[in-house]
Amino acid sequence: MAVKLVPSRSTVLMAPALAWLTALMVVPCALVLALAFFRRGIYGGVDYTFTLENFANAVDPLYAGIFLNSARIAGLATLIAVVVGYAAAYAIAAAPRHRQPLYLFLAVLPFWSNYLIRTYAWIVLLNREGLLTQLLRWVGYTGEPPSLLYTEGAVIAGLVYNYLPFVVLACYAPLARLNPELREASRDLGGSALTTFRRITLPLTLPGVAAGAVFVFVLSIGNFVTPALLGGGRFQMIGNLVYDQFLAANDWPFGAALAMALIAIMMALLMLQAFAASRAEGRQSREGEEAGRG
Amino acid sequence: MADRSPATRRSLGVVLAAVFAFLYIPIGVLIALSFNEGGLPTVWSGFSLKWYGSLAANGQILSAALNTLIVALVSTVIATALGTLLAIGVEIRRRKGKALEALIFAPMIIPDIVLAIALLSFFSMLNVTMGLHTIVLAHVVFNIAFVCAVVRARLKSFDWSVVEASTDLGASALTTFRRITLPMIAPAVIAGALLAFTLSVDEFIIAFFTAGAGRSSTTLPMQIYAMIRFGVTPELNALATLVIAVSVTALALSQRINRTIAP
Repeated sequence: MAVKLVPSRSTVLMAPALAWLTALMVVPCALVLALAFFRRGIYGGVDYTFTLENFANAVDPLYAGIFLNSARIAGLATLIAVVVGYAAAYAIAAAPRHRQPLYLFLAVLPFWSNYLIRTYAWIVLLNREGLLTQLLRWVGYTGEPPSLLYTEGAVIAGLVYNYLPFVVLACYAPLARLNPELREASRDLGGSALTTFRRITLPLTLPGVAAGAVFVFVLSIGNFVTPALLGGGRFQMIGNLVYDQFLAANDWPFGAALAMALIAIMMALLMLQAFAASRAEGRQSREGEEAGRG
Repeated sequence: MADRSPATRRSLGVVLAAVFAFLYIPIGVLIALSFNEGGLPTVWSGFSLKWYGSLAANGQILSAALNTLIVALVSTVIATALGTLLAIGVEIRRRKGKALEALIFAPMIIPDIVLAIALLSFFSMLNVTMGLHTIVLAHVVFNIAFVCAVVRARLKSFDWSVVEASTDLGASALTTFRRITLPMIAPAVIAGALLAFTLSVDEFIIAFFTAGAGRSSTTLPMQIYAMIRFGVTPELNALATLVIAVSVTALALSQRINRTIAP
């Protein structure tokens, strides 16, 4: 690295961006954290007296039910997205090397297009006169069109659809880095394809996959667009609760507490993932050393 | 990976085809229906461009599109300048603190809804009148992070000795930046800017919370959200197709100039 490029110049170069991020991200987020400890004003404003009741409200049975239900929906969406995304990433990593960049680009491309439009595409598919209903008619179904939209399944489908490209990307990186000789060694030693996958490929790629899963889960549980559009407002996620507190109920301190709960869930899951990943790494290097001595 | 049996390779091919079908059929159906002649939004009755024509005559959509263009252009210019300087500043530092990395990385991982309500609270506490300018302020936050990430990836393989050579030959820091550093990292800067532009064009949640009251600062995604709540319309299909076309073009360009979103 350049010796002549003095550190003070580095600070000058970083200063404008860091000032922007501090003023418009760090300070506002700190403000929301503080807001969560204040009382709601009588007319919707904020009453600046310290309280913990917003956090107590968040674990109130009514809201705890919504928390659990949205965790269940987000969990299901994450599980499906990870299984399908892992399979897709595995297939891409197994494809001829020169084709891999194109496949990966095609898998990730939808993720960078408009989230609302990707969700809307599912309304077009699932509504009463949509393609799926027409397919059913075409194969001879004559009854009342089934209501596919505004169901929990529609919400899960929308979440999986929106976050699948992200999971593919997160799973591809560790799969592409995996040393193929490890797999070959396992096969040479008589391990079946399934055993090789279960004992070699999966454990070595799981930490990266888990990091991807955490983000999908947090983005799903904090979502308000998909439940509103595909769930027809019948399914509430934490995101919808936050939305309501700020734009409908005017209870900003409670909304702030819910948003902080969201951040806390994300941090806890990421720390858990990092802890599990470092333990797995430690175990692998220990086993490697033992194998080296033996 | 030549050791896989033909059967395994075939089934992996099927998996990949199925996933691509899942990813592209919903969007494909939407695009096909945008060229549908009939008024029924989901029943095919012949090719037509008339819904694109009716978009061009819709004043609300046009003004929302103009707002989005303004927000995306301004926030991209600011974020590209700040993000590029930030990337260079971070890369020439010898000691990289964890706190610094976290601060730069944070805008990418904070859930949109959290940043959205944080900025809403912040602006209203300061009694700032919200509008397009506050959306720009907000969009620059996450765009800085993405521009910085793309430029930093390029700087990892940057040969700093040319910068030293230029300084040794008596060029000022500014001249060196303008004549040496910037031209060398230009592909990454342009790619980062295109990425930022796309993200800003498509961003809904933060814009929705920081736009303030009134229709004058409605952006295209806000308009699309309102239209979706109203139901499936052929006009919306056409609008969605155009927005997808803009995003895909910007990303394909970005990818061509500098491998940005996939290795």
